[in-house]
Amino acid sequence: MSRPSRASNTTKMIHSLFLINCSGDIFLEKHWKSVVSQSVCDYFFEAQEKAADVENVPPVISTPHHYLISIYRDKLFFVSVIQTEVPPLFVIEFLHRVADTFQDYFGECSEAAIKDNVVIVYELLEEMLDNGFPLATESNILKELIKPPTILRSVVNSITGSSNVGDTLPTGQLSNIPWRRAGVKYTNNEAYFDVVEEIDAIIDKSGSTVFAEIQGVIDACIKLSGMPDLSLSFMNPRLLDDVSFHPCIRFKRWESERVLSFIPPDGNFRLISYRVSSQNLVAIPVYVKHSISFKENSSCGRFDITIGPKQNMGKTIEGITVTVHMPKVVLNMNLTPTQGSYTFDPVTKVLAWDVGKITPQKLPSLKGLVNLQSGAPKPEENPSLNIQFKIQQLAISGLKVNRLDMYGEKYKPFKGVKYVTKAGKFQVRT
Amino acid sequence: MSSNSFAYNEQSGGGEAAELGQEATSTISPSGAFGLFSSDWKKNEDLKQMLESNKDSAKLDAMKRIVGMIAKGKNASELFPAVVKNVASKNIEIKKLVYVYLVRYAEEQQDLALLSISTFQRALKDPNQLIRASALRVLSSIRVPIIVPIMMLAIKEASADLSPYVRKNAAHAIQKLYSLDPEQKEMLIEVIEKLLKDKSTLVAGSVVMAFEEVCPDRIDLIHRNYRKLCNLLVDVEEWGQVVIIHMLTRYARTQFVSPWREDDGLEDNEKNFYESDDEEKEKSDKKRPYTMDPDHRLLIRNTKPLLQSRNAAVVMAVAQLYWHISPKSEAGVISKSLVRLLRSNREVQYIVLQNIATMSIQRKGMFEPYLKSFYVRSTDPTMIKTLKLEILTNLANEANISTLLREFQTYVKSQDKQFAAATIQTIGRCATSITEVTDTCLNGLVCLLSNRDEIVVAESVVVIKKLLQMQPAQHGEIIKHMAKLLDSITVPVARASILWLIGENCERVPKIAPDVLRKMAKTFTSEDDLVKLQILNLGAKLYLTNSKQTKLLTQYILNLGKYDQNYDIRDRTRFIRQLIVPNEKSGALSKYAKKIFLAQKPAPLLESPFKDRDHFQLGTLSHTLNIKASGYLELSNWPEVAPDPSVRNVEVIESAKEWTPVGKSKKEKPAKKFYSESEEEEAEEEESSDSSSDSEGESGSESGDTGSSSEDSSEDSSSGQESETGSEAEAEGKRAGKRNSRLKRKSDSEDGEKKNEKSKTSESSSAESSSMEESSSGSESASESDNEPVPRKVAQAKERKPQQERHPPPKDVFLLDLDDFNPVSTPVALPTPALSPSLIADLEGLNLSTSSSVINVSTPVFVPTKTHELLHRMSGKGLAAWYCFPRQPCIFGDKMVSVQITLKNTSDRKIENIHIGEKKLPVGMQMHVFHPIDSLEPEGSVTVSVGIDFCDSTQTACFQLCTKDDCFNVNIQPPVGELLLPVAMSEKDFKKERGMLTGMNETSATVIAAPQNFTPSMILQKVVNVANLGAVPSGQDNVHRFAAKTVHSGSLMLVTVELKEGSTAQLIINTEKTLIGSVLLRELKPVLSQG
Repeated sequence: MSRPSRASNTTKMIHSLFLINCSGDIFLEKHWKSVVSQSVCDYFFEAQEKAADVENVPPVISTPHHYLISIYRDKLFFVSVIQTEVPPLFVIEFLHRVADTFQDYFGECSEAAIKDNVVIVYELLEEMLDNGFPLATESNILKELIKPPTILRSVVNSITGSSNVGDTLPTGQLSNIPWRRAGVKYTNNEAYFDVVEEIDAIIDKSGSTVFAEIQGVIDACIKLSGMPDLSLSFMNPRLLDDVSFHPCIRFKRWESERVLSFIPPDGNFRLISYRVSSQNLVAIPVYVKHSISFKENSSCGRFDITIGPKQNMGKTIEGITVTVHMPKVVLNMNLTPTQGSYTFDPVTKVLAWDVGKITPQKLPSLKGLVNLQSGAPKPEENPSLNIQFKIQQLAISGLKVNRLDMYGEKYKPFKGVKYVTKAGKFQVRT
Repeated sequence: MSSNSFAYNEQSGGGEAAELGQEATSTISPSGAFGLFSSDWKKNEDLKQMLESNKDSAKLDAMKRIVGMIAKGKNASELFPAVVKNVASKNIEIKKLVYVYLVRYAEEQQDLALLSISTFQRALKDPNQLIRASALRVLSSIRVPIIVPIMMLAIKEASADLSPYVRKNAAHAIQKLYSLDPEQKEMLIEVIEKLLKDKSTLVAGSVVMAFEEVCPDRIDLIHRNYRKLCNLLVDVEEWGQVVIIHMLTRYARTQFVSPWREDDGLEDNEKNFYESDDEEKEKSDKKRPYTMDPDHRLLIRNTKPLLQSRNAAVVMAVAQLYWHISPKSEAGVISKSLVRLLRSNREVQYIVLQNIATMSIQRKGMFEPYLKSFYVRSTDPTMIKTLKLEILTNLANEANISTLLREFQTYVKSQDKQFAAATIQTIGRCATSITEVTDTCLNGLVCLLSNRDEIVVAESVVVIKKLLQMQPAQHGEIIKHMAKLLDSITVPVARASILWLIGENCERVPKIAPDVLRKMAKTFTSEDDLVKLQILNLGAKLYLTNSKQTKLLTQYILNLGKYDQNYDIRDRTRFIRQLIVPNEKSGALSKYAKKIFLAQKPAPLLESPFKDRDHFQLGTLSHTLNIKASGYLELSNWPEVAPDPSVRNVEVIESAKEWTPVGKSKKEKPAKKFYSESEEEEAEEEESSDSSSDSEGESGSESGDTGSSSEDSSEDSSSGQESETGSEAEAEGKRAGKRNSRLKRKSDSEDGEKKNEKSKTSESSSAESSSMEESSSGSESASESDNEPVPRKVAQAKERKPQQERHPPPKDVFLLDLDDFNPVSTPVALPTPALSPSLIADLEGLNLSTSSSVINVSTPVFVPTKTHELLHRMSGKGLAAWYCFPRQPCIFGDKMVSVQITLKNTSDRKIENIHIGEKKLPVGMQMHVFHPIDSLEPEGSVTVSVGIDFCDSTQTACFQLCTKDDCFNVNIQPPVGELLLPVAMSEKDFKKERGMLTGMNETSATVIAAPQNFTPSMILQKVVNVANLGAVPSGQDNVHRFAAKTVHSGSLMLVTVELKEGSTAQLIINTEKTLIGSVLLRELKPVLSQG
């Protein structure tokens, strides 16, 4: 070997990164230190084979010389190679940040997008990690260093030969407001906030709530010139039980006044995420009547579900879909929906019913027969129903934004708040 | 790999394409092509041509393709000479891609790589900090041992660079150099030591990382930087926070004594935590001789806000810090945040659940309130399900077991059989740990035996076996039932378990056991090895207890076993035969055969697989894997006696400038007092007046010395921007602005967890305190902003005397700056001037961000000695009481007005148990009472402090003052002037604020008095006598301004006295609180007009 022997002591943090697609091809590799052979991924493939499905691949794998920490995102595995002790969450969180950045840059985090933009990906990875330690992970900074691809720019670049790479150090990197880029200018100054609440619930057979809580986020889309200083206050901030903040938020202000005060990053970002305490009663907007039965010693069963509105605060419930993972013995399903359409995948045994809106006059239902594999014992348990829905203009917890004030800039921004309630992990046991 | 074949090329410099062509053919990589040899060759050839071309666009294209090759893991090393020539390209994108290439291949092509070094050395001197930084990055990433000295030099220089960004990169380079050449350790430690002193938040995370890598055992380097790191922590970027917190956790475990007490029973502490402060105080007074080191407290306090971070790694780091170093009663705060992380993606869930599992074994109570958050969903991945199940098991107790069992019933039926099996084990564990439900569980498990799924049945059998073993009571029925199962069940483990169970209990089922043996003898040859062994055991046991019926059967089985293919079975057969079958050769042992086979076996312990993980630090890789990972640093045990805490003291000068609030008080007072836990503070009620005046004095002096400089500094920094002196000052200014906001967190936490806890429980944190701290921190950061650049400029001027660095007056900074930057005239050198306007806007924005940001709470100008009678000695049966307003910020709550009550015993006997009884307060009003006074001797007097939140109204607070025998109704009505706290502000701010408070917020009156009453000193004296106002410096002789804010809501109260011609004056009050404003006006008016 002509390669110099590797120094005996190894460095912490992330050594290499491999991107692997679902069929097991390593389509990108990046090393921040000495090159680690692709063969290290064999241990990962081994673990992947052992796991029943992709979801069950252990995120941390120990191999004789390395440790592999991986995440699974958008049908891709991000496998990082570690050599020494490191907090695993540190790596996991970072890998997700990488995936987020790709998403942000290319609109999707897919193999095709990454392959198409391999140079930008490489430049990004180079900036995000130095010697395996995160250097710049804020989207606003990265975008100043490396401009995201747009069709227009790539045309211009190919004609003028100019580059995607910024030549100045983003000022954010140096300041304590690393999330905001300098010199932002808009002709229309706008600030939009989306209050999105998700109901996580487990409903038991009889329809009573086993567990329910509300998880919310406030996503912001801020297009304001200069250095605006915003403060957002709520009518009822006490509702928020546990909050995590974007680094821009002044913690002290929140502690003392329950006001969100911040200099926002430019563009889209998640301002806070919060949980409404499970002590509060959570309104469950839909109910499901279900009767699923499999006959003993017969190759068929009955399936009947009906969905109706419950506590919907007078709003329309829309975008309802029901997903059911049917037992393995189910061969096919013969159903009639009164509304919407359904599909059943005989391979994955997933039944998906796209319901649409609920009209209280005529409740949507899905009825019919289930064909079972003959001879097989009837399934022990009825499958649980996963329900998705959406209610516009409503935050189910009752959270309300009171006002948004802007300081530091002279213009009058256009402000808007939107509320949406969705089903999160909403499961009905049958 | 291919560097050998390249060796001859080094003289030629790799220029000639022809030679390279040959080169390529000889070294073409095995991974590069299979049958496409020639096409690959051509491709590279054309890449080379493109790299040689004059056009940047062609070069760029080529580089992009090469990077594409690298990304795919193809070998592009033969292009090295062609690529390396472009290292000096003017086009920054080409340059960057060349860097990417260099870093990847330099190690393989060391000699050629040397060609690029001079470019980097030049770039290290570039005026653009971005270029300096990236040159250092690449230079240090080229793993070529020859350049170690160059790297060392570059690192040393960069560590003294003006730009914190370059210094950050220097910290990164330290680790790289260390892994390249560990010999440099000593020199590198010097650099680390220097960088640890750096005050930039940008550098802190990286240098601690380097410290952890190079010299994690040199804990002595941390001492003097400990407090600074604690205080900077919230401002460090998130990745740095993780590293620093982990390091500080280790540090704390070596430097402080354990805050855990023996009797730190969990339940009681949980309660303790949520209890109000007094109760806690009382409790701890009794129990706790231990006092926490203030530095220990500082760390715990300053990390708390980070629990709110969006970054799961930071939250986990804080959680493990609390777990490992905070008093057990305080660790409860982390559970909520950890549970929040469970909403995150599956990988985060996995790690967090693992850690919760470990924690929940030791301290159940922490997670009990969140029990339902661990309920399993059918869509969870199996690994998450099992972890949740593990936690549910750990949390199970008498109170919640019935709910849990109902939940488990659902899980048992899960389609995910692996999970169903895990649930059965869980039920077994619950059955053993909670005796009340043992029978229920056992019955449930027996029901499962008739389940259709074999895995479920098998697992149930195994668990039942364990349960029965623990409870050798009468369970004949169950055993019979299980014996029947042998006909149907095929899973080896389950069969083996049943056989073993029958063998153990063969005397309880005397009829069934021999029959089972008979059946098994028939199928012996087709059984699994595991089952065979158990058949042998069963045979032996029956032979010993019931040899009449089973002798022949056993011998038959032993014969079968003798010729089995498996040697274990053959061995076992031989062993058993010798023991049980009596023959002449059998030794002494056979006498004891029965004792050997039918001995009482200890019941297995069903315990958590996470039991043994707690010796690893939480949140680490080692903990996750339950193996000691390489490079894992053990957490040491608490020392018996704390090492000398004074090592963390920093010289006065430094402390004063760096982290004022804490450091300053440190030098003013013995450390203990300032830091001491809130509990203690309360305990020292008697001294409260003194201690609070102290803290006030401090805040006063602080605003005093920064008040003036804050304006200067803002002017300075803006002038700095105009004069283009550079990004430095600007960035500092920006940081100052930012810190304005961020420091709030700090000062908040410094203010004591008492407040934190309070805001938690009562949610009554106040506006004033925030604005007060905010402003003081603001001014502090402003002063810092003009101080900070100094050391660096000086450092660059090669003066290396740290003590001197801090003294040059601010003006010098800019002189130096100009010197430094003026000669550089390339536009690249000044990347930021274009940004200046926005920066100014930024700073303004921060000033405007809250109306209170300009308010500095200052010391009262004057404290009236006037006392008011609370209780006359006649009506108080000898107990007399007076109260007065010490005009100090209340220590009990930020919205409270501090009131001092002096109690005097004028009777001739002792008055015992003086305390405050029933309170009849108007709605919203709150009162913090003093601690009961045990006894007051005749003629003795005592002064106590209470805090009353008057809600900015002059309503009366009525309450009862009680002694052992009597209760007296008393009341306190505050003069309006005492509902204020003075603030210091500049005239400019005053005008601005006043401009915002016009119209209905303004009240005014005309005052007529003799001219001698209108001297400045007279006006001041009169005004402050009536109300607790702060004087505002005025540029005009005939206008006097005073400012204060209301205690409860923090609204500004601006008083202006404008002298008019003759003997009239205009008195104007601007405030949002118009009611108080008009009352104040009414009170001030007569005072001013009096002679």
